[in-house]
Amino acid sequence: MTTPPIITEEMRRSIGVPGPALTTEIERGAVRRFAQAMGDPNPLFSDEAAARKSRYGGSIAPPTFLRSIASHALDLPFLTDLPNLLDGGSQWEYGEPVRPGDSITAVTTLVELSERRGRLGAMLVSINETTYTNQLKELVAVQRSTLIRY
Amino acid sequence: MTPQLFYEDVEVGQELPPLVKRPTTQQLVQYAGASGDFYQIHYDKDFALQNNLPGVIIHGALKNAWLGQLVTDWIGEHGTLRKLSCQYRAMDVPGDTLTCKGVVTRKYVENGQCLVECDIWLENGKGERTTPGSATVALPSRATS
Repeated sequence: MTTPPIITEEMRRSIGVPGPALTTEIERGAVRRFAQAMGDPNPLFSDEAAARKSRYGGSIAPPTFLRSIASHALDLPFLTDLPNLLDGGSQWEYGEPVRPGDSITAVTTLVELSERRGRLGAMLVSINETTYTNQLKELVAVQRSTLIRY
Repeated sequence: MTPQLFYEDVEVGQELPPLVKRPTTQQLVQYAGASGDFYQIHYDKDFALQNNLPGVIIHGALKNAWLGQLVTDWIGEHGTLRKLSCQYRAMDVPGDTLTCKGVVTRKYVENGQCLVECDIWLENGKGERTTPGSATVALPSRATS
């Protein structure tokens, strides 16, 4: 008996189609709590007085802080029967820094889709590209995430 | 305070100062709250065991954050992180001692920017590389300062 492919034509059609935009206000406390949670004492992230004297003129967010804001970075634009999700990793490219008070908009596009059969059984492997821009429409980051559903 | 790193100070093959983390389950709860990732495999032991995991495991994104810190600590205020990537090849658990390490693989000038590429990775307490990655940074140059 042949097992049917996981990827349908409908799923393939969603490749390359940008998803809905999600916008988050960046809060000073959220940035500080994120830096504390990861255990990074860098004053640029949590000491406003010190950060003001720096070339940034104020505090900035740690490079992976964008994981905490609303986005579809780990979502698929369609439903599957596969209940488990594994984060395979992320590639980040950075533009302008993220600052408390910024308004960051995230748009996610599914860019790659493949299926494999392995130790975990049938697996759907997807790559999402999420573009983050600030209120001045400047590029803040582009994130490529690999996700495995099984 | 560590003096600012300049492009001229860096050589291919040079190691980044390692960053050691000793995560606790409390830290994973703190990170879940700060990042909004409440997947139970990171703090609910029964749930983790029912999902065939050895116990609660560390959020991949937290390991990504630590690898980011390895690099931002090294480049100082006047360095700029341009790219950061990693893959979660194996699980890591709280209670272990994890070390972030890196080595410079390339340095070059492009469009007026002094760029340095590094291989970075996380090693668990047994010295196994669970989370390989890479980073590209722009550094200030003494020539233009």
